[in-house]
Amino acid sequence: MPITYTSGEQIEVYRFSIPVTVGVPLLALFLQAFLPRRFPFFSIFDLPLLVTIFFAMARRNPISGLLTGAAIGLVQDMLGPYPIGLYGIAKTVVGYGASSLGAKLDVENAGARLLVTLGFYLVHAAVYFMVARGMVNLTLDWSWSHGILAGLANAVLGVGLYFALDKFKQRT
Amino acid sequence: MESVLGRYRNLTILVGVLFLQVLGLAIQVKRSADAENTRLIRIWAVSAITPFERGLVWAQHGGGNLWRNYCFLRGVRAENRQLKEEIERMRLEQVRLSEDAAQAHRLQSLLAFKEQVIAKTVPAQVIGSSASDLSRSIYIDKGSNHGIAQDMAVITAGGIVGKVLRVYPSTSLVLMINDQSSGVGVLLEKSRLQGVLRGTPNGELILERVMSDEQVVPGETVQSSGGDQIFPKGLPVGTVSKVSPGREMFLSIKVKPAADLSRLEEVLVVTEKQEREPVAESGGRARAADILAQRLPSVPDKPATVVGAAPEGSTGSGVTGEGSSASAKPHPNGAGQPGTETGTKLAGGAPAASAPAGSNAASPGAAHSVVVAGPSATGEVLTKVAQKGASGDSGSKSGAGSAAGSKAPVSAASNSASNSASNPTSNPTSNPASNSANSPAKASTRRLKLSGPQGNPQPAATEDNPH
Repeated sequence: MPITYTSGEQIEVYRFSIPVTVGVPLLALFLQAFLPRRFPFFSIFDLPLLVTIFFAMARRNPISGLLTGAAIGLVQDMLGPYPIGLYGIAKTVVGYGASSLGAKLDVENAGARLLVTLGFYLVHAAVYFMVARGMVNLTLDWSWSHGILAGLANAVLGVGLYFALDKFKQRT
Repeated sequence: MESVLGRYRNLTILVGVLFLQVLGLAIQVKRSADAENTRLIRIWAVSAITPFERGLVWAQHGGGNLWRNYCFLRGVRAENRQLKEEIERMRLEQVRLSEDAAQAHRLQSLLAFKEQVIAKTVPAQVIGSSASDLSRSIYIDKGSNHGIAQDMAVITAGGIVGKVLRVYPSTSLVLMINDQSSGVGVLLEKSRLQGVLRGTPNGELILERVMSDEQVVPGETVQSSGGDQIFPKGLPVGTVSKVSPGREMFLSIKVKPAADLSRLEEVLVVTEKQEREPVAESGGRARAADILAQRLPSVPDKPATVVGAAPEGSTGSGVTGEGSSASAKPHPNGAGQPGTETGTKLAGGAPAASAPAGSNAASPGAAHSVVVAGPSATGEVLTKVAQKGASGDSGSKSGAGSAAGSKAPVSAASNSASNSASNPTSNPTSNPASNSANSPAKASTRRLKLSGPQGNPQPAATEDNPH
């Protein structure tokens, strides 16, 4: 059973040390900025998004999740060419959604994580494009084939990444 | 009210955070003309990330260089030989191209065109990207401290890369041409059709605004048109890879970029462009045949064989034709072939005038063989040269032009070949014997000077190449 509906009491809430809380998102941002120049295929991944989803689902606190997403998204915006706030808004929504989902569903197994990551990747892209086109008037085109492919690639990478990051979890 | 907020606390905070970001975004969009609004916050982020990127790039290059320069030198000898052959080929090509370029310059100067040239560039290293799949931009390790400014063109030896979007003290953000928000004015090299090059979500390049009734074939070269005021005209952009019907009445033309945009390591930032009027060589009335003649090697010290064998015109053709054939149609490998040996050797000798002395100067034997073997095949080559010269000039001057064309090669060829034959360094002053021996050639040089202003043979590296 990939996704189990449970009560809040049955789900464990985790926390992370400060170095992990700060270091992992910064490392994700750094790798996202650095690796695509060396390995062009890597640009299809969105490591900051995966980290946002992971922390949000692990903490299971919507406020913490949305603030984490906002912070990571805004820093990602600062490194890019477009106005600041596009990724911030998209990742805020994703952080809130992932933590809300994590509070209601048990998403500890690989299948659930795969589906959740794919879903949130598409949500993230939808919000980003909506804001980019509606507010900033950027002429961005959405490619379904590229979007689905990137979503699947991120979901697969996310499953592996989440299991690696699980080691930093601390029980409350 | 308080209970409502407490009940929907998470949602309220979400709305609040989103509202703040939307507000910030709106302010940025409203004041988009002033790019300094978000400068400080971006500087912080960039300053936090780029030092690590610089460090990694430095370590990577250091390790790579150590391996390449000291450990892995296998095949260098073969590569060196291959490169030397390539240089020879390029020299021959240069001779041909410089003639065309000179002719183009003359025509441009006649029409008082202005050309934009790259005056100064700053090399930079790519250290990172924008951390986003939805934008195609890179960070380079040069900023305002190095003279970089916004909207400067960024290129590589292969082709154009993008433009500088934001400048920080020691780094700059470059928006690449395959970003969705970028646009480059381009034209197709053969058909001269103009269009706008844009990026796609997948990072590909699409040429827009070309009408569907135009003929565009895959493989055609795409160049910058200069219309965007960022990239100088004529820089390579890419080649057409696929043509299909697009929206409305336009074609959708996929372009493969000339520069490998996904694997950029070093780039050049064009920090200074100059607009100038093209300068024609020697007063702007030079003829293609004359330019060819200046580059041709000359006959050795055997005037009786040449002049006595035929009237002056045919003598000239006998010598010039070989040389011309070598220059006009250089053998791609620069190596001798049966039946074309003399021409090839002359071709090797021709660049000697425009290249380091003695690089491939024709030996006396080779020059001599030109004279002996020449007359039968060279007459028609001279005719071609003369025709080419006449076609490059106005119709009213065709008669005089052809006459000059037939004489000019004689003198120039005679001079340079005798120099190269008697002295491999092609230095006419260092060997007085050879100079004194070719008095007939000098006589024809004098005739040439009388016949036209461009008849003064001056084989020099800088003058051969107008650039």
